[in-house]
Amino acid sequence: MATTRVLEWLGRLYIWLLLAFLYVPIIIMALMSFNVSPFYQLPFEWTTEWYASLWQNDQLISATWNSLEIAVITTIICVVLGSAASLALYRYEFRGKKFLQALLFPPIAIPWLITGTAMLIFFFGVGIGRGLFAILLGHVALALPYVIVVASARLQTFAPELEEAARSLGANQWQVTNRVTLPWIMPGVIAGGLFAFAVSFDQFVVSYFLSTPGQTTLPVEIYAAIRKGFTPEINAVSTIIIVVSMALMLLTARFFKFGGEK
Amino acid sequence: MAAQVAAASRSGLRSALPLLAPAYLWLTVAIFLPLSAMVFFSLMTELPLSGKPWAFTLENYTAFFSQSLYLTLLLASLRLGLEVTLWCIIVGYPAAYVLAKVLKGRSREAIFLLVILPFWSNGLVRIFSWAMVLREGGILDTALNAVLPFKINIDLMYSYPAVIIGLVHSYVPYMVLTCYLTLQAIDDSLIEAGRSLGASRLQMLKRVIIPLSMPGLVAGAALIFVPVVGSFMEPRILGGRTGTFYGTVIEDQFVAVFNWPLGAALSFILLAVVLVILAVASPVLRRAM
Repeated sequence: MATTRVLEWLGRLYIWLLLAFLYVPIIIMALMSFNVSPFYQLPFEWTTEWYASLWQNDQLISATWNSLEIAVITTIICVVLGSAASLALYRYEFRGKKFLQALLFPPIAIPWLITGTAMLIFFFGVGIGRGLFAILLGHVALALPYVIVVASARLQTFAPELEEAARSLGANQWQVTNRVTLPWIMPGVIAGGLFAFAVSFDQFVVSYFLSTPGQTTLPVEIYAAIRKGFTPEINAVSTIIIVVSMALMLLTARFFKFGGEK
Repeated sequence: MAAQVAAASRSGLRSALPLLAPAYLWLTVAIFLPLSAMVFFSLMTELPLSGKPWAFTLENYTAFFSQSLYLTLLLASLRLGLEVTLWCIIVGYPAAYVLAKVLKGRSREAIFLLVILPFWSNGLVRIFSWAMVLREGGILDTALNAVLPFKINIDLMYSYPAVIIGLVHSYVPYMVLTCYLTLQAIDDSLIEAGRSLGASRLQMLKRVIIPLSMPGLVAGAALIFVPVVGSFMEPRILGGRTGTFYGTVIEDQFVAVFNWPLGAALSFILLAVVLVILAVASPVLRRAM
Protein backbone atom coordinates (compact mmCIF):
# COMPACT_ATOMS: atom_id res chain seq x y z
CA MET A 1 0.00 0.00 0.00
CA ALA A 2 3.07 2.20 -0.05
CA THR A 3 2.35 3.05 -3.68
CA THR A 4 -1.13 4.21 -2.72
CA ARG A 5 0.30 6.57 -0.15
CA VAL A 6 2.84 7.96 -2.60
CA LEU A 7 0.10 8.45 -5.19
CA GLU A 8 -2.15 10.20 -2.69
CA TRP A 9 0.70 12.44 -1.68
CA LEU A 10 1.39 13.26 -5.33
CA GLY A 11 -2.31 13.99 -5.77
CA ARG A 12 -2.31 16.48 -2.94
CA LEU A 13 0.83 18.11 -4.31
CA TYR A 14 -0.86 18.35 -7.69
CA ILE A 15 -3.89 20.13 -6.24
CA TRP A 16 -1.64 22.70 -4.62
CA LEU A 17 0.15 23.22 -7.93
CA LEU A 18 -3.20 23.83 -9.61
CA LEU A 19 -4.16 26.31 -6.91
CA ALA A 20 -0.84 28.07 -7.45
CA PHE A 21 -1.54 28.23 -11.19
CA LEU A 22 -4.97 29.70 -10.46
CA TYR A 23 -3.97 32.23 -7.83
CA VAL A 24 -0.36 33.27 -8.38
CA PRO A 25 -1.06 35.57 -11.35
CA ILE A 26 -3.92 37.22 -9.49
CA ILE A 27 -1.78 37.70 -6.39
CA ILE A 28 1.08 39.13 -8.44
CA MET A 29 -1.30 41.47 -10.20
CA ALA A 30 -2.63 42.62 -6.84
CA LEU A 31 0.87 43.04 -5.37
CA MET A 32 1.90 45.19 -8.31
CA SER A 33 -0.88 47.61 -7.45
CA PHE A 34 1.08 48.35 -4.26
CA ASN A 35 4.45 48.70 -5.99
CA VAL A 36 6.04 52.12 -6.50
CA SER A 37 7.43 51.54 -10.00
CA PRO A 38 4.95 52.41 -12.76
CA PHE A 39 6.80 49.91 -15.00
CA TYR A 40 6.34 47.06 -12.53
CA GLN A 41 10.06 47.02 -11.73
CA LEU A 42 11.39 45.05 -8.80
CA PRO A 43 12.51 45.35 -6.00
CA PHE A 44 9.14 45.81 -4.48
CA GLU A 45 8.50 49.10 -2.68
CA TRP A 46 5.20 49.60 -0.91
CA THR A 47 2.88 52.43 -1.90
CA THR A 48 -0.82 53.18 -2.05
CA GLU A 49 -0.40 56.04 -4.50
CA TRP A 50 -2.10 54.10 -7.32
CA TYR A 51 -5.20 53.72 -5.23
CA ALA A 52 -5.02 57.41 -4.36
CA SER A 53 -4.72 58.36 -8.01
CA LEU A 54 -7.81 56.27 -8.78
CA TRP A 55 -9.80 58.87 -6.87
CA GLN A 56 -8.58 61.51 -9.31
CA ASN A 57 -9.67 59.48 -12.31
CA ASP A 58 -13.18 60.78 -12.96
CA GLN A 59 -13.75 58.48 -15.92
CA LEU A 60 -13.05 55.38 -13.85
CA ILE A 61 -15.12 56.59 -10.94
CA SER A 62 -18.16 57.33 -13.06
CA ALA A 63 -17.77 53.96 -14.80
CA THR A 64 -17.61 52.28 -11.38
CA TRP A 65 -20.81 54.00 -10.29
CA ASN A 66 -22.49 52.93 -13.52
CA SER A 67 -21.39 49.34 -12.91
CA LEU A 68 -22.68 49.35 -9.35
CA GLU A 69 -25.96 51.01 -10.27
CA ILE A 70 -26.62 48.61 -13.13
CA ALA A 71 -25.66 45.61 -10.99
CA VAL A 72 -28.00 46.65 -8.17
CA ILE A 73 -30.95 47.35 -10.49
CA THR A 74 -30.26 44.12 -12.39
CA THR A 75 -30.27 42.20 -9.11
CA ILE A 76 -33.59 43.68 -7.99
CA ILE A 77 -35.34 43.08 -11.31
CA CYS A 78 -33.91 39.56 -11.62
CA VAL A 79 -34.93 38.60 -8.11
CA VAL A 80 -38.51 39.78 -8.60
CA LEU A 81 -39.04 38.40 -12.10
CA GLY A 82 -37.00 35.29 -11.42
CA SER A 83 -38.76 34.19 -8.27
CA ALA A 84 -42.16 34.82 -9.84
CA ALA A 85 -41.25 32.71 -12.86
CA SER A 86 -39.71 29.89 -10.85
CA LEU A 87 -42.74 29.82 -8.57
CA ALA A 88 -45.05 29.51 -11.58
CA LEU A 89 -42.89 26.79 -13.12
CA TYR A 90 -42.93 24.90 -9.85
CA ARG A 91 -46.58 25.29 -8.93
CA TYR A 92 -48.51 24.92 -12.16
CA GLU A 93 -48.77 22.26 -14.80
CA PHE A 94 -49.47 23.39 -18.32
CA ARG A 95 -48.66 22.54 -21.88
CA GLY A 96 -45.39 24.00 -23.10
CA LYS A 97 -43.80 24.09 -19.66
CA LYS A 98 -40.88 21.93 -20.77
CA PHE A 99 -40.36 24.29 -23.69
CA LEU A 100 -40.32 27.34 -21.43
CA GLN A 101 -37.77 25.66 -19.19
CA ALA A 102 -35.63 24.75 -22.19
CA LEU A 103 -35.73 28.40 -23.31
CA LEU A 104 -33.64 29.31 -20.27
CA PHE A 105 -30.56 27.60 -21.68
CA PRO A 106 -29.79 29.47 -24.91
CA PRO A 107 -28.99 32.71 -23.01
CA ILE A 108 -26.55 30.75 -20.85
CA ALA A 109 -25.06 28.57 -23.59
CA ILE A 110 -24.69 30.97 -26.53
CA PRO A 111 -21.35 32.81 -26.46
CA TRP A 112 -21.69 36.37 -25.22
CA LEU A 113 -20.00 37.64 -28.36
CA ILE A 114 -23.03 36.47 -30.35
CA THR A 115 -25.63 37.62 -27.82
CA GLY A 116 -23.89 40.96 -27.44
CA THR A 117 -23.64 41.74 -31.12
CA ALA A 118 -27.22 40.58 -31.68
CA MET A 119 -28.42 42.93 -28.92
CA LEU A 120 -26.44 45.78 -30.45
CA ILE A 121 -28.07 45.26 -33.84
CA PHE A 122 -31.58 44.85 -32.45
CA PHE A 123 -31.49 47.69 -29.92
CA PHE A 124 -30.06 49.95 -32.58
CA GLY A 125 -32.70 48.79 -35.02
CA VAL A 126 -35.69 49.45 -32.77
CA GLY A 127 -34.39 52.79 -31.55
CA ILE A 128 -33.29 51.88 -28.03
CA GLY A 129 -29.73 52.48 -29.15
CA ARG A 130 -26.68 52.01 -26.99
CA GLY A 131 -25.96 53.26 -23.51
CA LEU A 132 -26.72 52.43 -19.91
CA PHE A 133 -30.37 51.51 -20.49
CA ALA A 134 -29.43 49.06 -23.23
CA ILE A 135 -26.74 47.59 -20.96
CA LEU A 136 -29.31 47.14 -18.20
CA LEU A 137 -31.72 45.41 -20.59
CA GLY A 138 -28.94 43.05 -21.60
CA HIS A 139 -27.65 42.32 -18.11
CA VAL A 140 -31.09 41.41 -16.78
CA ALA A 141 -31.62 39.03 -19.69
CA LEU A 142 -28.24 37.38 -19.09
CA ALA A 143 -28.71 36.99 -15.34
CA LEU A 144 -32.40 36.07 -15.27
CA PRO A 145 -32.01 32.44 -16.43
CA TYR A 146 -29.39 31.83 -13.73
CA VAL A 147 -31.73 33.21 -11.06
CA ILE A 148 -34.64 31.08 -12.27
CA VAL A 149 -32.45 27.96 -12.34
CA VAL A 150 -31.04 28.59 -8.86
CA ALA A 151 -34.44 29.45 -7.33
CA SER A 152 -36.04 26.42 -9.02
CA ALA A 153 -33.34 24.17 -7.59
CA ARG A 154 -34.23 25.45 -4.14
CA LEU A 155 -37.95 24.94 -4.81
CA GLN A 156 -37.31 21.31 -5.68
CA THR A 157 -36.56 20.74 -2.01
CA PHE A 158 -39.88 22.30 -0.98
CA ALA A 159 -42.65 19.99 0.25
CA PRO A 160 -45.96 20.94 -1.40
CA GLU A 161 -47.76 19.45 1.62
CA LEU A 162 -46.71 22.53 3.53
CA GLU A 163 -48.75 24.73 1.18
CA GLU A 164 -51.71 22.35 1.45
CA ALA A 165 -51.45 22.30 5.22
CA ALA A 166 -51.45 26.08 5.38
CA ARG A 167 -54.42 26.21 3.02
CA SER A 168 -56.40 23.66 5.03
CA LEU A 169 -55.72 25.76 8.10
CA GLY A 170 -57.50 28.63 6.37
CA ALA A 171 -54.69 30.63 4.77
CA ASN A 172 -55.53 32.27 1.45
CA GLN A 173 -53.28 32.05 -1.62
CA TRP A 174 -51.46 35.28 -0.79
CA GLN A 175 -50.79 34.23 2.79
CA VAL A 176 -49.59 30.80 1.69
CA THR A 177 -47.13 32.36 -0.75
CA ASN A 178 -46.02 35.06 1.63
CA ARG A 179 -45.65 33.13 4.87
CA VAL A 180 -44.84 29.59 3.73
CA THR A 181 -43.41 29.40 0.23
CA LEU A 182 -41.36 32.58 0.03
CA PRO A 183 -39.54 32.09 3.36
CA TRP A 184 -38.62 28.60 2.21
CA ILE A 185 -37.15 29.66 -1.12
CA MET A 186 -35.45 32.74 0.40
CA PRO A 187 -31.93 31.20 0.46
CA GLY A 188 -32.34 30.31 -3.20
CA VAL A 189 -33.58 33.78 -4.02
CA ILE A 190 -30.71 35.42 -2.14
CA ALA A 191 -28.18 33.15 -3.81
CA GLY A 192 -29.78 33.92 -7.17
CA GLY A 193 -29.64 37.63 -6.40
CA LEU A 194 -25.95 37.53 -5.51
CA PHE A 195 -25.42 35.52 -8.67
CA ALA A 196 -27.23 38.15 -10.72
CA PHE A 197 -25.12 40.88 -9.12
CA ALA A 198 -21.91 39.02 -9.97
CA VAL A 199 -23.02 38.29 -13.55
CA SER A 200 -23.81 41.95 -14.08
CA PHE A 201 -20.86 43.44 -12.20
CA ASP A 202 -18.33 41.23 -14.00
CA GLN A 203 -20.02 41.35 -17.38
CA PHE A 204 -17.70 42.64 -20.05
CA VAL A 205 -18.61 41.38 -23.51
CA VAL A 206 -22.24 42.49 -23.70
CA SER A 207 -21.52 45.83 -21.98
CA TYR A 208 -18.67 46.39 -24.40
CA PHE A 209 -20.89 46.24 -27.46
CA LEU A 210 -23.67 48.27 -25.87
CA SER A 211 -21.62 51.07 -24.32
CA THR A 212 -20.97 54.54 -25.70
CA PRO A 213 -18.01 56.75 -24.76
CA GLY A 214 -19.86 58.57 -21.99
CA GLN A 215 -21.89 55.61 -20.80
CA THR A 216 -19.65 52.68 -19.96
CA THR A 217 -19.14 50.22 -17.16
CA LEU A 218 -15.96 49.47 -15.24
CA PRO A 219 -14.86 46.34 -17.17
CA VAL A 220 -15.26 48.18 -20.48
CA GLU A 221 -13.20 51.07 -19.13
CA ILE A 222 -10.50 48.64 -17.92
CA TYR A 223 -10.37 46.95 -21.33
CA ALA A 224 -9.86 50.32 -22.99
CA ALA A 225 -7.13 51.16 -20.46
CA ILE A 226 -5.33 47.83 -20.98
CA ARG A 227 -5.30 48.35 -24.71
CA LYS A 228 -3.89 51.86 -24.29
CA GLY A 229 -1.03 50.50 -22.15
CA PHE A 230 -0.57 48.98 -18.75
CA THR A 231 -0.46 51.18 -15.66
CA PRO A 232 -0.54 50.22 -11.97
CA GLU A 233 -3.85 52.09 -11.77
CA ILE A 234 -5.43 49.26 -13.75
CA ASN A 235 -3.92 46.85 -11.22
CA ALA A 236 -5.46 48.84 -8.40
CA VAL A 237 -8.92 48.85 -9.97
CA SER A 238 -8.61 45.18 -10.91
CA THR A 239 -7.62 44.27 -7.38
CA ILE A 240 -10.68 46.04 -6.00
CA ILE A 241 -12.95 44.26 -8.51
CA ILE A 242 -11.49 40.85 -7.81
CA VAL A 243 -11.79 41.26 -4.04
CA VAL A 244 -15.40 42.44 -4.36
CA SER A 245 -16.50 39.66 -6.68
CA MET A 246 -14.74 36.90 -4.76
CA ALA A 247 -16.27 38.12 -1.51
CA LEU A 248 -19.69 38.08 -3.20
CA MET A 249 -19.21 34.54 -4.40
CA LEU A 250 -18.14 33.36 -0.97
CA LEU A 251 -21.36 34.88 0.35
CA THR A 252 -23.35 33.10 -2.36
CA ALA A 253 -21.72 29.78 -1.57
CA ARG A 254 -22.60 30.28 2.06
CA PHE A 255 -26.23 31.05 1.39
CA PHE A 256 -26.69 28.34 -1.15
CA LYS A 257 -25.05 25.60 0.82
CA PHE A 258 -25.64 26.34 4.46
CA GLY A 259 -28.90 28.23 3.95
CA GLY A 260 -31.13 26.19 6.23
CA GLU A 261 -31.02 22.80 4.55
CA LYS A 262 -31.78 20.95 7.74
CA MET B 1 -60.44 12.24 -18.34
CA ALA B 2 -58.23 13.68 -21.06
CA ALA B 3 -60.56 16.65 -21.33
CA GLN B 4 -60.29 17.16 -17.60
CA VAL B 5 -56.50 17.07 -17.72
CA ALA B 6 -56.52 19.49 -20.63
CA ALA B 7 -58.86 21.81 -18.75
CA ALA B 8 -56.71 21.62 -15.65
CA SER B 9 -53.57 22.36 -17.60
CA ARG B 10 -55.28 25.27 -19.32
CA SER B 11 -56.28 26.75 -15.97
CA GLY B 12 -52.73 26.08 -14.81
CA LEU B 13 -51.47 28.22 -17.64
CA ARG B 14 -53.95 30.94 -16.78
CA SER B 15 -52.64 31.11 -13.21
CA ALA B 16 -49.03 30.78 -14.28
CA LEU B 17 -49.11 33.37 -17.02
CA PRO B 18 -49.04 36.55 -14.90
CA LEU B 19 -46.03 35.19 -13.00
CA LEU B 20 -44.22 34.00 -16.10
CA ALA B 21 -44.98 36.76 -18.54
CA PRO B 22 -42.61 39.47 -17.22
CA ALA B 23 -39.56 37.21 -17.17
CA TYR B 24 -40.18 35.66 -20.57
CA LEU B 25 -41.14 38.98 -22.12
CA TRP B 26 -37.82 40.36 -20.98
CA LEU B 27 -35.93 37.38 -22.39
CA THR B 28 -37.83 37.76 -25.66
CA VAL B 29 -37.00 41.45 -26.04
CA ALA B 30 -33.36 41.16 -25.00
CA ILE B 31 -32.33 37.71 -26.28
CA PHE B 32 -34.68 36.01 -28.69
CA LEU B 33 -35.73 38.99 -30.80
CA PRO B 34 -32.12 40.19 -31.09
CA LEU B 35 -30.98 36.74 -32.24
CA SER B 36 -33.74 36.70 -34.86
CA ALA B 37 -32.92 40.26 -35.87
CA MET B 38 -29.32 39.22 -36.36
CA VAL B 39 -30.34 36.61 -38.90
CA PHE B 40 -32.51 39.20 -40.65
CA PHE B 41 -29.82 41.88 -40.78
CA SER B 42 -27.21 39.42 -41.96
CA LEU B 43 -29.22 39.18 -45.20
CA MET B 44 -29.08 42.92 -45.87
CA THR B 45 -26.71 45.15 -47.74
CA GLU B 46 -27.02 48.04 -45.27
CA LEU B 47 -28.71 48.60 -41.95
CA PRO B 48 -32.23 49.87 -42.74
CA LEU B 49 -31.89 52.64 -40.16
CA SER B 50 -28.67 54.06 -41.52
CA GLY B 51 -30.69 56.05 -44.05
CA LYS B 52 -28.90 54.45 -46.97
CA PRO B 53 -30.92 52.33 -49.37
CA TRP B 54 -30.81 48.66 -48.55
CA ALA B 55 -31.75 45.39 -50.17
CA PHE B 56 -31.74 41.72 -49.36
CA THR B 57 -28.58 39.91 -50.30
CA LEU B 58 -26.63 36.77 -49.66
CA GLU B 59 -23.42 38.69 -50.18
CA ASN B 60 -22.42 38.56 -46.51
CA TYR B 61 -22.54 34.80 -46.55
CA THR B 62 -20.83 34.45 -49.91
CA ALA B 63 -18.10 36.71 -48.48
CA PHE B 64 -17.48 34.08 -45.85
CA PHE B 65 -17.14 31.29 -48.37
CA SER B 66 -15.35 33.17 -51.13
CA GLN B 67 -12.67 34.77 -48.99
CA SER B 68 -10.52 32.10 -47.46
CA LEU B 69 -9.57 34.51 -44.65
CA TYR B 70 -12.80 33.99 -42.70
CA LEU B 71 -12.79 30.24 -43.05
CA THR B 72 -9.12 30.13 -42.04
CA LEU B 73 -9.85 32.21 -38.96
CA LEU B 74 -12.88 30.14 -38.03
CA LEU B 75 -10.72 27.01 -38.29
CA ALA B 76 -8.04 28.74 -36.18
CA SER B 77 -10.69 29.54 -33.55
CA LEU B 78 -12.00 25.98 -33.61
CA ARG B 79 -8.44 24.72 -33.20
CA LEU B 80 -7.91 27.14 -30.32
CA GLY B 81 -11.11 25.87 -28.70
CA LEU B 82 -9.96 22.26 -29.14
CA GLU B 83 -6.49 22.88 -27.74
CA VAL B 84 -7.77 24.82 -24.75
CA THR B 85 -10.35 22.10 -24.07
CA LEU B 86 -7.67 19.39 -24.24
CA TRP B 87 -5.38 21.29 -21.87
CA CYS B 88 -8.29 21.82 -19.50
CA ILE B 89 -8.90 18.06 -19.48
CA ILE B 90 -5.20 17.31 -18.91
CA VAL B 91 -4.94 19.87 -16.12
CA GLY B 92 -8.43 19.60 -14.66
CA TYR B 93 -9.30 15.90 -14.71
CA PRO B 94 -6.55 14.71 -12.34
CA ALA B 95 -7.41 17.56 -9.99
CA ALA B 96 -11.08 16.57 -10.05
CA TYR B 97 -10.07 12.98 -9.32
CA VAL B 98 -7.95 13.95 -6.33
CA LEU B 99 -10.75 16.16 -5.04
CA ALA B 100 -13.38 13.46 -5.42
CA LYS B 101 -11.46 10.37 -4.37
CA VAL B 102 -8.41 11.35 -2.31
CA LEU B 103 -9.35 14.37 -0.25
CA LYS B 104 -11.99 14.00 2.44
CA GLY B 105 -14.16 16.14 4.65
CA ARG B 106 -13.40 19.77 5.31
CA SER B 107 -10.18 20.02 3.35
CA ARG B 108 -12.05 18.75 0.30
CA GLU B 109 -14.77 21.36 0.77
CA ALA B 110 -12.30 24.18 1.26
CA ILE B 111 -10.11 23.25 -1.71
CA PHE B 112 -13.15 22.70 -3.92
CA LEU B 113 -14.32 26.20 -3.11
CA LEU B 114 -10.83 27.59 -3.77
CA VAL B 115 -10.73 25.92 -7.20
CA ILE B 116 -14.07 27.24 -8.40
CA LEU B 117 -13.83 30.65 -6.74
CA PRO B 118 -11.68 32.35 -9.41
CA PHE B 119 -14.10 31.69 -12.19
CA TRP B 120 -16.65 33.89 -10.57
CA SER B 121 -14.18 36.74 -10.63
CA ASN B 122 -13.78 39.06 -13.55
CA GLY B 123 -12.40 37.22 -16.59
CA LEU B 124 -10.90 40.38 -18.01
CA VAL B 125 -8.96 41.03 -14.82
CA ARG B 126 -7.63 37.46 -14.75
CA ILE B 127 -6.40 37.76 -18.33
CA PHE B 128 -4.76 41.04 -17.43
CA SER B 129 -3.02 39.37 -14.49
CA TRP B 130 -1.32 36.98 -16.93
CA ALA B 131 0.01 39.93 -18.83
CA MET B 132 1.80 40.91 -15.59
CA VAL B 133 3.39 37.47 -15.39
CA LEU B 134 4.28 36.79 -19.01
CA ARG B 135 5.77 40.12 -20.07
CA GLU B 136 9.45 40.39 -20.88
CA GLY B 137 10.95 41.68 -17.65
CA GLY B 138 7.75 40.43 -16.04
CA ILE B 139 7.49 38.17 -13.05
CA LEU B 140 8.17 34.84 -14.78
CA ASP B 141 11.22 36.29 -16.51
CA THR B 142 12.58 37.89 -13.33
CA ALA B 143 11.88 34.88 -11.14
CA LEU B 144 13.46 32.35 -13.50
CA ASN B 145 16.53 34.47 -14.03
CA ALA B 146 16.94 34.90 -10.29
CA VAL B 147 16.89 31.13 -9.77
CA LEU B 148 18.67 29.84 -12.85
CA PRO B 149 22.44 30.21 -13.16
CA PHE B 150 22.23 31.15 -16.85
CA LYS B 151 20.42 34.00 -18.52
CA ILE B 152 17.24 33.16 -20.37
CA ASN B 153 14.75 35.43 -21.99
CA ILE B 154 11.15 34.68 -21.29
CA ASP B 155 8.88 36.76 -23.40
CA LEU B 156 5.72 34.78 -23.91
CA MET B 157 3.57 37.88 -24.08
CA TYR B 158 1.83 38.43 -27.42
CA SER B 159 2.21 34.83 -28.50
CA TYR B 160 -0.05 31.86 -29.15
CA PRO B 161 1.07 30.03 -25.97
CA ALA B 162 0.16 33.13 -23.95
CA VAL B 163 -3.38 33.00 -25.32
CA ILE B 164 -3.61 29.28 -24.50
CA ILE B 165 -2.29 29.78 -20.95
CA GLY B 166 -4.70 32.64 -20.28
CA LEU B 167 -7.71 30.74 -21.64
CA VAL B 168 -6.86 27.51 -19.78
CA HIS B 169 -6.54 29.54 -16.60
CA SER B 170 -9.95 31.07 -17.25
CA TYR B 171 -11.80 27.87 -18.09
CA VAL B 172 -10.15 25.00 -16.21
CA PRO B 173 -12.44 25.42 -13.15
CA TYR B 174 -15.41 24.36 -15.34
CA MET B 175 -13.69 21.07 -16.13
CA VAL B 176 -12.77 20.45 -12.50
CA LEU B 177 -16.36 21.18 -11.46
CA THR B 178 -18.14 18.94 -13.99
CA CYS B 179 -15.66 16.05 -13.66
CA TYR B 180 -15.73 16.29 -9.90
CA LEU B 181 -19.52 15.91 -9.90
CA THR B 182 -19.45 12.72 -11.97
CA LEU B 183 -16.35 11.26 -10.30
CA GLN B 184 -17.86 11.77 -6.89
CA ALA B 185 -20.90 9.73 -7.93
CA ILE B 186 -18.75 6.66 -8.67
CA ASP B 187 -19.15 4.18 -5.86
CA ASP B 188 -15.85 3.52 -4.08
CA SER B 189 -16.77 -0.14 -3.62
CA LEU B 190 -16.83 -0.49 -7.41
CA ILE B 191 -13.20 0.58 -7.55
CA GLU B 192 -12.29 -1.71 -4.66
CA ALA B 193 -14.06 -4.62 -6.34
CA GLY B 194 -12.19 -4.09 -9.58
CA ARG B 195 -8.88 -3.83 -7.77
CA SER B 196 -9.47 -6.95 -5.71
CA LEU B 197 -10.28 -8.84 -8.89
CA GLY B 198 -6.78 -8.00 -10.06
CA ALA B 199 -7.25 -5.00 -12.29
CA SER B 200 -4.26 -2.70 -12.40
CA ARG B 201 -4.63 1.01 -11.69
CA LEU B 202 -4.32 1.81 -15.38
CA GLN B 203 -6.96 -0.78 -16.29
CA MET B 204 -9.33 0.63 -13.69
CA LEU B 205 -8.82 4.10 -15.05
CA LYS B 206 -9.40 3.02 -18.65
CA ARG B 207 -12.26 0.55 -18.14
CA VAL B 208 -14.15 1.97 -15.18
CA ILE B 209 -13.32 5.46 -14.05
CA ILE B 210 -13.00 7.31 -17.35
CA PRO B 211 -16.11 5.69 -18.93
CA LEU B 212 -18.18 6.45 -15.84
CA SER B 213 -17.04 10.04 -15.70
CA MET B 214 -17.62 10.61 -19.43
CA PRO B 215 -20.72 12.80 -18.91
CA GLY B 216 -18.66 15.20 -16.81
CA LEU B 217 -15.88 15.29 -19.38
CA VAL B 218 -18.32 15.97 -22.23
CA ALA B 219 -20.24 18.62 -20.27
CA GLY B 220 -17.01 20.33 -19.27
CA ALA B 221 -15.70 20.19 -22.83
CA ALA B 222 -18.90 21.77 -24.18
CA LEU B 223 -18.86 24.48 -21.49
CA ILE B 224 -15.26 25.35 -22.40
CA PHE B 225 -15.18 24.82 -26.15
CA VAL B 226 -18.18 27.01 -26.99
CA PRO B 227 -17.07 30.25 -25.31
CA VAL B 228 -13.42 29.80 -26.31
CA VAL B 229 -14.37 29.60 -30.00
CA GLY B 230 -16.15 32.93 -29.57
CA SER B 231 -13.43 34.58 -27.48
CA PHE B 232 -11.96 37.87 -28.59
CA MET B 233 -10.80 39.76 -25.51
CA GLU B 234 -8.28 37.13 -24.40
CA PRO B 235 -6.52 36.85 -27.79
CA ARG B 236 -6.48 40.66 -28.07
CA ILE B 237 -4.81 41.23 -24.70
CA LEU B 238 -2.43 38.25 -24.59
CA GLY B 239 -1.97 37.57 -28.29
CA GLY B 240 -1.32 41.04 -29.63
CA ARG B 241 -0.72 40.83 -33.34
CA THR B 242 -0.71 37.01 -33.30
CA GLY B 243 -4.09 37.09 -31.60
CA THR B 244 -6.31 37.45 -34.64
CA PHE B 245 -9.11 34.93 -34.45
CA TYR B 246 -12.68 34.60 -35.68
CA GLY B 247 -13.98 36.38 -32.58
CA THR B 248 -11.70 39.37 -33.03
CA VAL B 249 -12.83 39.73 -36.65
CA ILE B 250 -16.47 39.83 -35.53
CA GLU B 251 -15.53 42.39 -32.89
CA ASP B 252 -13.84 44.49 -35.60
CA GLN B 253 -16.96 44.49 -37.79
CA PHE B 254 -18.92 46.07 -34.96
CA VAL B 255 -16.48 48.44 -33.29
CA ALA B 256 -13.88 49.30 -35.95
CA VAL B 257 -15.02 48.62 -39.52
CA PHE B 258 -18.74 49.16 -38.87
CA ASN B 259 -19.85 46.55 -41.36
CA TRP B 260 -22.69 45.29 -39.19
CA PRO B 261 -24.42 43.09 -41.77
CA LEU B 262 -21.17 41.21 -42.39
CA GLY B 263 -20.60 41.02 -38.63
CA ALA B 264 -24.11 39.63 -38.20
CA ALA B 265 -23.49 36.99 -40.86
CA LEU B 266 -20.18 35.99 -39.27
CA SER B 267 -21.87 35.84 -35.85
CA PHE B 268 -24.68 33.73 -37.22
CA ILE B 269 -22.27 31.31 -38.86
CA LEU B 270 -20.50 30.98 -35.49
CA LEU B 271 -23.87 30.39 -33.81
CA ALA B 272 -24.72 27.68 -36.33
CA VAL B 273 -21.36 25.96 -35.83
CA VAL B 274 -21.77 26.14 -32.06
CA LEU B 275 -25.32 24.74 -32.22
CA VAL B 276 -24.21 21.86 -34.44
CA ILE B 277 -21.43 21.02 -31.99
CA LEU B 278 -23.82 21.17 -29.03
CA ALA B 279 -26.31 19.00 -30.91
CA VAL B 280 -23.59 16.44 -31.56
CA ALA B 281 -22.51 16.51 -27.93
CA SER B 282 -25.99 16.28 -26.40
CA PRO B 283 -26.84 12.64 -27.28
CA VAL B 284 -23.47 11.58 -25.86
CA LEU B 285 -24.44 13.41 -22.71
CA ARG B 286 -27.94 11.99 -22.53
CA ARG B 287 -26.85 8.43 -23.21
CA ALA B 288 -24.17 8.64 -20.58
CA MET B 289 -26.52 10.02 -17.96
